[in-house]
Amino acid sequence: MTARQPAERWASWQDLDSGRLLLLAAAGMLVVAGFAQTAAVKVQQPTTAVAFGCLIAFGELLRLALPGNREAAPIATTGALAYAMLLRVAKQHGNLPPHIPALQVIAVTAVGMTLGALPHIAAGRSAGLTGMASRLVAVGCVAFIFRPFAASQVLNAHRNWWIAFAAMALMAAVCWLVEAVIGALIRADDLGARFSVALWDEMRALLPLGVAVGASAVITVFAAEVMGLSELAVFIGPLLVTQVAFRRYAGIQATYLQTVRALARVTEVGGYVESGHSRRVSRLAVAVGRELGMPELDLLDLEYAALMHDIGQLALPDPIPGGATVLVSPADQRRIAELGSDVIRQAGVLDKVAELVRCQSWPARGHDPEPPVGSRIIRAANAFDDLVGGSTDRDRTTAALERLRLDTAAEYDPGVIEALSEVAGRRLASRL
Amino acid sequence: MSRVSRAAWLYITAVVVAAAALVTPRLTGSMSMTWWIQLVVLMALFLICDSTPAQLAARQSAWSPSSAATLAAVVLLGPVGAALVGSVSVLSPRRKLVLAERVFNGAMYALSGYLAGTAFVALHGHLGVPGFTDFPVIIWPFAVAAVVHVLTNQGLLWGMLQLIDGDARPRRRIRLESSLPLLLVSDLGYAALGLVIAALWYVMGPYAAALVLVPLFVARWAMGQFAEQQRAYAATMAALCQAVETKDFYTRGHSERVSRGSGMIARQIGMRADRAEAIRFAGMLHDVGKLGVPTKVLQKTGVLTEEEYAAIQLHPMRGLEIVREIGFLNEALTGIMHHHERIDGRGYPMGFAGDEIPEFARIIAVADAFDSMTSTRSYREARQIDDAVEELRKGSGSQFDPALVDAFVAALRRDGWALPEPPSAPLDRELVTAQDHDDPTAPLRVVETF
Repeated sequence: MTARQPAERWASWQDLDSGRLLLLAAAGMLVVAGFAQTAAVKVQQPTTAVAFGCLIAFGELLRLALPGNREAAPIATTGALAYAMLLRVAKQHGNLPPHIPALQVIAVTAVGMTLGALPHIAAGRSAGLTGMASRLVAVGCVAFIFRPFAASQVLNAHRNWWIAFAAMALMAAVCWLVEAVIGALIRADDLGARFSVALWDEMRALLPLGVAVGASAVITVFAAEVMGLSELAVFIGPLLVTQVAFRRYAGIQATYLQTVRALARVTEVGGYVESGHSRRVSRLAVAVGRELGMPELDLLDLEYAALMHDIGQLALPDPIPGGATVLVSPADQRRIAELGSDVIRQAGVLDKVAELVRCQSWPARGHDPEPPVGSRIIRAANAFDDLVGGSTDRDRTTAALERLRLDTAAEYDPGVIEALSEVAGRRLASRL
Repeated sequence: MSRVSRAAWLYITAVVVAAAALVTPRLTGSMSMTWWIQLVVLMALFLICDSTPAQLAARQSAWSPSSAATLAAVVLLGPVGAALVGSVSVLSPRRKLVLAERVFNGAMYALSGYLAGTAFVALHGHLGVPGFTDFPVIIWPFAVAAVVHVLTNQGLLWGMLQLIDGDARPRRRIRLESSLPLLLVSDLGYAALGLVIAALWYVMGPYAAALVLVPLFVARWAMGQFAEQQRAYAATMAALCQAVETKDFYTRGHSERVSRGSGMIARQIGMRADRAEAIRFAGMLHDVGKLGVPTKVLQKTGVLTEEEYAAIQLHPMRGLEIVREIGFLNEALTGIMHHHERIDGRGYPMGFAGDEIPEFARIIAVADAFDSMTSTRSYREARQIDDAVEELRKGSGSQFDPALVDAFVAALRRDGWALPEPPSAPLDRELVTAQDHDDPTAPLRVVETF
């Protein structure tokens, strides 16, 4: 046991290694450069800097947990993006475009974010370094591209606002894209997902918020031309409304998943299946699905289906001995799957999930029509868990995989089994 | 607002006359071309914002961000313009509205727009597209105008809700109050957008309206998703609870009805909207733990042994075990765990008495027993509603909380109760239970072992 500890510590360091460490290093370098430059040449337009710094800090305080374990701080991003694209602020510098160096944008953003993160740390939540770093890098990219042009006559909002508008829309897109790429790199690294799939998921997941943040940042910049810094106090109201809307949306999704997870356990409490079975199967199924490059939306359906795959057993008067569906006759397996599918279909909103549950009892080959890949994954993951259970024994795992491989001819999908052994192998390795 | 009473029509007429009397005499002044263009753009903005209201607060108090358009008109066009922009609400593209509602909405928004505009002018707010010399001075008259607008709006709406649809009145009042803070925040948040639109007009002209729509639409998308997910969520939960019930032929639909009954009591005693929602879920889930009771115990006829009775007494705890991880259910958990406690302290699992029993549990206990008595069981027919009420009254003070029994009876009178379909013949002998632990008129018989 004691001999293992350094190895474990090393393993946890490896979690932080690679992508995440690179990101933190990049952000750290930006911050150091930003502070060095700002200290050397003095803060330009300090009032504006303080006002935007406060907005960023406030936004960082109101972080948002988005579906799929993502974190965002839309108001902070809006503030930082608007500061990076700031053209003129009425009454602040005699109607001249502000001379704000890109590195000062980074310094102000970093200070604002840190201040906003402090209450989170004080409350015992995670500091959210990764999220802050990725926002900082995204805003930094925009600042480096946009700041050199900010003083030019082309980007004069009074003369031709639409050129300025187009440029800012482009910058908002850059910000969204940079955040998506960083997020995808980290997720691909953390979860073993394919980068292309992860990038697509990330772009899709961040799009609505990205559009809202981009438009709000453009509004902030244009309104500052007329209203000066008082605009920040006025515009905070509409920003909060958008934030509340997203918070509720994210909240209900989390609740949904939590509830399905909890209620899927009724089969365990009723003694129908072994304790922890549905959760293990769902974890395994999602890992296999990810290994096979399934997009996030499908993975969510797969997770629900895997959690509820045994719900049909509730209709049986008495539990199957041991609860292992892999040991009962194919006809019974089919009946359980169909009963379960009927239950889920009654909800009226989870038809895809119901279909996955219904087809889980079909053999992977020689069945017409062919079962969807999600069902094949659940079938394999369920069989694997019935044979191995919660055990992490290497021999037992190998034996189970061997048995599934032998059945591959008709029962299981060879591709799924390969992905499954990949996942199982990785798990064994991580436990060593 | 399906039935509009005479009093409601009188009220609507009064609001229309007030709005018309204030606005019409001042319509005569000649307006410039720009003024008319601004008016048309803001009217369009109003209608787009109004098309599907973003339901930010409670589900029923749909509130649309259209007041941003009215308040932009307050600054750009003045009181008359604001009234005209508000009055297009008559043409709202929302399809469900009846004529009375359209007329009322139009008059209400016109009146509140006019009053807001008057307040703005009275405090020397500068009319027309604001330039940078106007800020930050203009913020104060605008803030007052926004507050006037919100208050007039909510005040007139509140008056209307008092008059319509006598039956639904208490319900509506509770919903309005429960979400009032959130409602006011969102009102004022959107109202602030009106000033931003006016300021952006200086830079980008009418396109300001279009730019502002972008974040509004994203927020609306998020709220739409929220509503959809919430419906999906409730439906999924109901389906899973039904799955638990399939094991027992006679109790099908029980959890759904207990959920409904608990909701009725909660509404009657004026519970906050979020708690009322939580108790509906608690009612739905209260018997989930019965799954942990062996089928042979549920199906046993005659006297139960001590062990078998203990297995039944354990079901609230098993239920708790299942739903404990659902984070938002905090208070509902206590309701699930204690729904078999009795006011006199002779219930299970803890033997709590009186106020020791959480409110949720006391509410569920009433609805639970009532539904059990009004449903058919293998050993008896369903009772009539009056008989069941009589039984509840009998147990009032010993088994049930008297105040809640009264509340439930009052709610029954108001809303009625849809009895479950009497089951034909049980299809499968295996699915019939011989006893019902919820039935106060037929207590479980346990063997005396000493």
